[in-house]
Amino acid sequence: MPSFFWKGLMHELSIAQGIVDIIGQYVPEGQAADVRLVKVRVGQMAGVVPDSLDFCFGAIVNGTPLGQARLCIEETPVRSQCTACGEVFAVEGAAFLCPCCGSADVSVISGTELQVVEIELSDRQAGAV
Amino acid sequence: MSIITIQRKVLEKNDEIARRNRTLFEQHGILALNLVSSPGAGKTSIVERTLERLGNDLHIGVVEGDVQTDFDAQRVARYQVPVIQIVTNGGCHLEARLVQEALSQMDLRGLDVLIIENVGNLVCPANYDLGEAMKVVVLSTTEGDDKPLKYPNMFRNASVLVINKIDLIPYLDCNLATLKSNALRINPHLEVFETSCTTNAGIADWCGWLKEKGTRRS
Repeated sequence: MPSFFWKGLMHELSIAQGIVDIIGQYVPEGQAADVRLVKVRVGQMAGVVPDSLDFCFGAIVNGTPLGQARLCIEETPVRSQCTACGEVFAVEGAAFLCPCCGSADVSVISGTELQVVEIELSDRQAGAV
Repeated sequence: MSIITIQRKVLEKNDEIARRNRTLFEQHGILALNLVSSPGAGKTSIVERTLERLGNDLHIGVVEGDVQTDFDAQRVARYQVPVIQIVTNGGCHLEARLVQEALSQMDLRGLDVLIIENVGNLVCPANYDLGEAMKVVVLSTTEGDDKPLKYPNMFRNASVLVINKIDLIPYLDCNLATLKSNALRINPHLEVFETSCTTNAGIADWCGWLKEKGTRRS
């Protein structure tokens, strides 16, 4: 794994490694080559650049049994809920202000996720044995 | 196609070790701070001023995180406090595991406060829980008053904002009121201090707050 210098430049690499580790917990080694798609949910405020994550994941799995696996990254928007009036709203830019009552006291309810949600495997060719 | 549906946090391994670190801090009655900023904002200078002023009042330990060199640990070691340097060898942030290793080399007994100085970076360290009680973000006036808006994740996750290098304001195109209102727009719960490590302005306020928070109640 070419980790020696760009490991530092992108924390997406250690996140990609975390994804590979999670796949390993669900897919037995003998089935790794069947993994085609790994769906990942990345919040827009998770501090992760999707293109970098995709690039890093590809670099890690290249030449391994998971070499056929591709990432499918679903970006989730930042949504907040106002503590004062309960309004739920999409946060545009960095405006954490309730559009209803103007309060800045809001909690982020989505947009910081970093999760593996689905692993898709191709079925073995029938009669291949 | 067969599909395995899961819901797993990618950083769960880090979070698990962070939980263990947090338990360790609680067992020892230690207030752990995760000090974050961009490079050169003055984290180490803040640590130095803090040790100068509170060295007799609190037992403070320091974990220094840097990409390369142990320069910062050398600076801090002059104050006769326990200090461990973590060199990440290129890594852009500290992870809970690295802090766990550092803690195994430090005698935690009797410590009131542990300051973990993260790698200078306003992006990645926001994602990695180290087990701290709170994040303290240092922002220097030379970086500009728009930074809280550019790095909302970090400012949302922090509990304290130290605006450093306020002595330079006359020479800069940085409006302190704008900086503060931008930060509070992102996170209205931020406790804000204004400091200069050159003139010592505001250091007493910051240290007064830390002494209050870090003093054992037992």
